Amino acid sequence: MTAETLTDDQADQRIVIRAIDVKRYYGEGESLTRALDGITLDIYRGEYLSIMGPSGSGKSTLFNMIGGLDSPTGGMVFIDEIDMAQLDAFELAWMRCNKIGYIFQSYNILPILTALENVTMPMMFAGMSQDEAREKGAEILTRVGLGDRIFHRPFELSGGQQQRVAVARALANDPVIILADEPTANLDVKTGEEMIELLHGLKEERHITVISATHDMKMLDVSDRILWIRDGKVHRLKKRSELDIQVGGIAGGH
Amino acid sequence: MVETHRTGEIPNQVRIPWDTAIRLSWTGLKRRIFRSMITISGVVLAIAFLAYMTINEAIVGALVASNDPMLDTLLQQRGVDIFAGGEMDQMLKLLIGLALLTATAGILNAMLMSVTERIKEIGTLKCLGASDPFIIKAYLIESALQGGVGALLGVVIGTLVAVAINLQNYGNHVLGSFPWAPIGRAIFMAFCCGIVITVVAALAPAWSAARKEPVDALRIDE
Repeated sequence: MTAETLTDDQADQRIVIRAIDVKRYYGEGESLTRALDGITLDIYRGEYLSIMGPSGSGKSTLFNMIGGLDSPTGGMVFIDEIDMAQLDAFELAWMRCNKIGYIFQSYNILPILTALENVTMPMMFAGMSQDEAREKGAEILTRVGLGDRIFHRPFELSGGQQQRVAVARALANDPVIILADEPTANLDVKTGEEMIELLHGLKEERHITVISATHDMKMLDVSDRILWIRDGKVHRLKKRSELDIQVGGIAGGH
Repeated sequence: MVETHRTGEIPNQVRIPWDTAIRLSWTGLKRRIFRSMITISGVVLAIAFLAYMTINEAIVGALVASNDPMLDTLLQQRGVDIFAGGEMDQMLKLLIGLALLTATAGILNAMLMSVTERIKEIGTLKCLGASDPFIIKAYLIESALQGGVGALLGVVIGTLVAVAINLQNYGNHVLGSFPWAPIGRAIFMAFCCGIVITVVAALAPAWSAARKEPVDALRIDE
């Protein structure tokens, strides 16, 4: 089957992240904590997956695993068909640089750099020339709606604008995956909605996989699938369409 | 389907962008200038002291060497041991050594604190694809730049003070036998000394910064 003959639904079935029986334990003996206790999960290219769960559920740990930020105690994680356990420090850095874009709850914009410099930093790590990087950086910043603020420093930007810089920075090296850790948690309702809209739009137009840990119910509206984690295990994994029928009330009353 | 190995597309040699490291360090210094000045104040003082002592030694040495009886009396009045050729005694050398050591400890302390403070920034850089050697380089460059600025200031201050005091004490005699070469050497040595101690002091902090995990970037506590 070639890519052209795939229907939309089938094209989405290409796996970009595969987690197989992933376990992550902390401590040992009496104090052993099973943060993740055998999670098996396929995440498809171009899908918007929301991970939900109370704090302490293992949500963050799973997020770190599939972002190549932490290694599992047991099980395997493949990102874009690459076995993360096989990578050395340089290869991991390369993966983070080229395959994954990170968005953080607290923005994590480098305070000493301008918006543009923040966005071009990952391009420099990828070996792009400065001129090329500046041009591309300005282009992406314009796409996220900050075209008139590319030379501003973080303290001159609002929270929502800083998070937009973070989104632009995550897009810098055309990643396959965007990992967003509670991206709307520090934003007010309206700015949060704009952020969700932006992420959803980028997912649609660039066919990026967006994985977002969230408490934000509005996020469910744009998600293709929602994963609930409880006690380090997959509690529920639903498509949004199924969710609407089953628990329509939760999805924000539509 | 998923294969077990497919690392082939990852380049073996990951380029370390020196220019990016330099730009990041320099921008950081410029925009945290007040903080940097405090960090380097110890280096400025120690290097000023070192430059003052060695240049003073060179000038007085040249005056003693000129063998002028009038000048010898003047030198002895100022407490110079003319039979030792105006050389520094052991105690003074020890004192300079202590000053340099204190400055090194000060830089080390400041850099260690800056690593702790910037743990989130380092984690973020690593999430963006910075390798461990890149982080080490950025820290060492930052320290070397601070050391360079501090040493330059120190050398200028030390030289000016040494020349001014000697001019006041011995007047035109100083200019008559001005030891250009030894003073040049003393200035160069003091400057290099300043850079060396700041870079040495930054080795351990840079290493500890590079070993920070990118997960630290995700911690929410500010």
